[in-house]
Amino acid sequence: MTWIGRRLRRFEDPALLLGRGSFVADRSSTAAAVKFVRSPVAAGTILGIDIPDGASVFTARDLAGTKPIRPILERPDYRAVGQPLLAVDRVVHTGQAVAVVVGRDQADAEDLAEQVYVDIDPSAAVVDVDAALAEGARQVHAEAPGNVLVEGRMKTPGLDQAFAEAAAVVAITLRSGRQSAAPMEPRGGLAEFDPASGRVTLTASVQMPHMLRTGIADVLGMRETDLRVVAPDVGGGFGQKMSLFPEYAVLVWLARHLRRDVAWIEDRRENFLAASHSRDQVFGVKGAFAADGRLLGIDADLRSNVGAFSCYPVTCGVEPLMAFAELPGPYDFAEYGVRSRGVTTNTCMMAPYRGVSRPMLTLTMERLMDVAARRLGIDPWDIRRRNLIKHFPHKSPTGLVYDPATYLEAMEAAEQRIGLGEFRARQKRLRDEGRYIGLGVSVFSERSGYGTPAFAARKMQIVPGYENVDCTMDPSGYVDVRIGASPHGQGLKTALAQLVADELGISPEHVRVISGDTDATPYGWGTFASRSMVIAGGATKLAATKLADKIRLVAATLLEVEPEAIELADGLARVRQTNRSLAIADAARAAYHQSYKFPAVGAGLRDTALYDPGGTFSNACHVAEVEVDIGTGGVSISRFLVVEDAGVLINPMIVDGQIAGGVAQGIANALYEEVVYDDAGNLLTASFADYLPPTAAEIPEIDIVHMETISPATVTGAKGVGEGGAIGAPAAVLNAISDALSPFGIEALEMPATPDRIRDLLRKAGISPHG
Amino acid sequence: MAESRTFTLNINGKAHTVNAAPRKSLADVLREDCGLTGTHVGCEHGVCGACTVLVDGKPVRSCLMFGVQAEGAEIRTVEGLAAADGSLHPLQQAFWEHHGLQCGFCTPGFLMLAVGALEENPDMSDDDIRDLLSSNLCRCTGYQNIVKSVRVAAAQMRGQARS
Repeated sequence: MTWIGRRLRRFEDPALLLGRGSFVADRSSTAAAVKFVRSPVAAGTILGIDIPDGASVFTARDLAGTKPIRPILERPDYRAVGQPLLAVDRVVHTGQAVAVVVGRDQADAEDLAEQVYVDIDPSAAVVDVDAALAEGARQVHAEAPGNVLVEGRMKTPGLDQAFAEAAAVVAITLRSGRQSAAPMEPRGGLAEFDPASGRVTLTASVQMPHMLRTGIADVLGMRETDLRVVAPDVGGGFGQKMSLFPEYAVLVWLARHLRRDVAWIEDRRENFLAASHSRDQVFGVKGAFAADGRLLGIDADLRSNVGAFSCYPVTCGVEPLMAFAELPGPYDFAEYGVRSRGVTTNTCMMAPYRGVSRPMLTLTMERLMDVAARRLGIDPWDIRRRNLIKHFPHKSPTGLVYDPATYLEAMEAAEQRIGLGEFRARQKRLRDEGRYIGLGVSVFSERSGYGTPAFAARKMQIVPGYENVDCTMDPSGYVDVRIGASPHGQGLKTALAQLVADELGISPEHVRVISGDTDATPYGWGTFASRSMVIAGGATKLAATKLADKIRLVAATLLEVEPEAIELADGLARVRQTNRSLAIADAARAAYHQSYKFPAVGAGLRDTALYDPGGTFSNACHVAEVEVDIGTGGVSISRFLVVEDAGVLINPMIVDGQIAGGVAQGIANALYEEVVYDDAGNLLTASFADYLPPTAAEIPEIDIVHMETISPATVTGAKGVGEGGAIGAPAAVLNAISDALSPFGIEALEMPATPDRIRDLLRKAGISPHG
Repeated sequence: MAESRTFTLNINGKAHTVNAAPRKSLADVLREDCGLTGTHVGCEHGVCGACTVLVDGKPVRSCLMFGVQAEGAEIRTVEGLAAADGSLHPLQQAFWEHHGLQCGFCTPGFLMLAVGALEENPDMSDDDIRDLLSSNLCRCTGYQNIVKSVRVAAAQMRGQARS
């Protein structure tokens, strides 16, 4: 029996359950406390900064030797803008750091920060994406005329023909409210100065430690070896913690300048103001359909509000270019025209958040299918059946190659399980009673586990993607696996231990996975983009396979047989079909202490492997059943089904957890969460009382069914699964609302579909809800 | 700013004498002055519940209470949940078995919220449990495994209460 496929309890959990986790704020209480003074306005010129006498306060002038954060896309349509570590002369969003205060403790630093007076001559702010694109709009950055930072365009030669021949052209516009990843632990860092070596150790709540080290060393002009970055226990990230933020560079600068330990633990308000946001997007698409429902082509105008800066390292291209490349989703059509723009505004920077653009592009394609089905008088499941990709490998109009998946099969499994006939009968009966329930479906792909080729295609100057893994068995037979991925709640350490255990024939409890320390792990790209199981997992399997070969060689020599005769299982190196064996721990001891016997192995038991895959596509079908109260506009979800195909499941319990958590965030996107600015660029949702993550009362049970297409595109057969829940859920929920409200012909939904918005749509449809 | 005060807190059955400013929240006193960092601070405005501890048996947002106010009360934190021999409390065990946590940041708050409620009434219905748990925020799990863990632990605590 293999360890892969078992619902093994996580090794990560006992410490966390006992209150012995070690998050950055748990380590920082003896350091001097840092507080940032932030801009109270969205745009303006800094006239002066008054500093209380004797206070330890620093401004951009003190940081004159540092460089701004300025990531590059090597595309002619990209306008690079720099983000200074502290604002220089002007501010471009509310919450931008203008000065930094160092106090004895947090309270002292906050008292001092309140006495720092920043004199700003405010100017009008550009907040809304379409306002920023309007003719004559004020320019946010001198480098970016028209406020466009990046623009992807393409048009296949047959597009016009497809529209000319279409039986129906369906045009829709979708809008998603701005969302915050809102990890339960906000950002934070502790920079410790070592007077002996002059090195700084930055312990920070981050997803990408090596990249952070490089980025900070670059902007501060220091040697990278003088900086160690440690990611301890991290209280959720969801993408928000993968970017290089100015605050971390300032912390390292302060530690070096003051030659002391300094810590910044962000509060919730700061996290909303200044960490990063996403999903502030408006997508307009036209679909050309044949009379039988076949999709002939798409013409799309996609606008993403990327805020005031470009996030490092992935840049502000992350949302617009993902939308550009992946809008076609799971559908097989040839003709595609797209213009996808990243638009700068006086708002907090956009950065990756679980799903990146795909919640919106899935919503767009899935709404398009439903609206087209209604227009053409076709069943919504049938129109998808006619258009889903069925032959593999499939090449999309943007050149993406799809590995084998189960788009159609997953949808049909969902159709069976949900009981469509029973639902329609119930829907009709309830409508007669004045109750409105609806069913919504969403079919999508989750591109995951892509290596350098995919990022290079985006023309990123910094091209992430590969992972190196170091696998070492010590003389006692225990294994250390050092990875460049940086898990923060996913349970990756447990899942990788399962992989290694199968390769080496030992218990997963004998495998320790080391991550999140640039002094102790190979240079890697952290944890993001549903990549860790695929890429770090692939590299781990490859390294463990090589290590297993060495163990077999050692055991074969000691047992005087050929290495091929040795099998590793149950902690033993056994001669196949005999009762002769050797404890693997004894082979390990021999490899270190009698190495002269094994010249082919070298001394000790260690191997490394590099993995840099092209990428794979997971797929899923989500179905939501909702009830809309047409009096209040409130939506409740009564059923939620996920049929997911993520390839081989290494630890199904962890996979289900990823799906459930993602779906909850997708439901939040669909119904509850929205970062709201007023017209002047003031943030109106800077607390959990105003920005509303759902609770246990709002999130339903989620029924999860797995299909397992073994991907030839990955060495483990596993596909990424971190983002799918968040990608598919919004479309299922909004389609369900539209289905529920179909008697009123309501189609123009936007996210989040709050009671206010639903009531507004009902009023426009001539229904007068209460209030 | 008011002068620091010396006061004594009874935490998990142990006396902690601290010197802290009167304006310091109970959460910060626990974490910084008592070294009990298992209680986490997620929002500092009483919404997320990550900092939930028990004060005289009742779940309390420790970010909304001053440390000095807790003098004389019996305070319980996540560090006091496991048995003296280190074995996990049924709630901790259930969270482990049923994947009731991912990043673990909100977990101590959920554990203390649930233990307070279940000790008062282990016969909570599923609806009561869900209603109770809606006091706190979790960003990772989607809640169902937390609900399930609490349900399982409740059954076990009912069994223990009867035996």
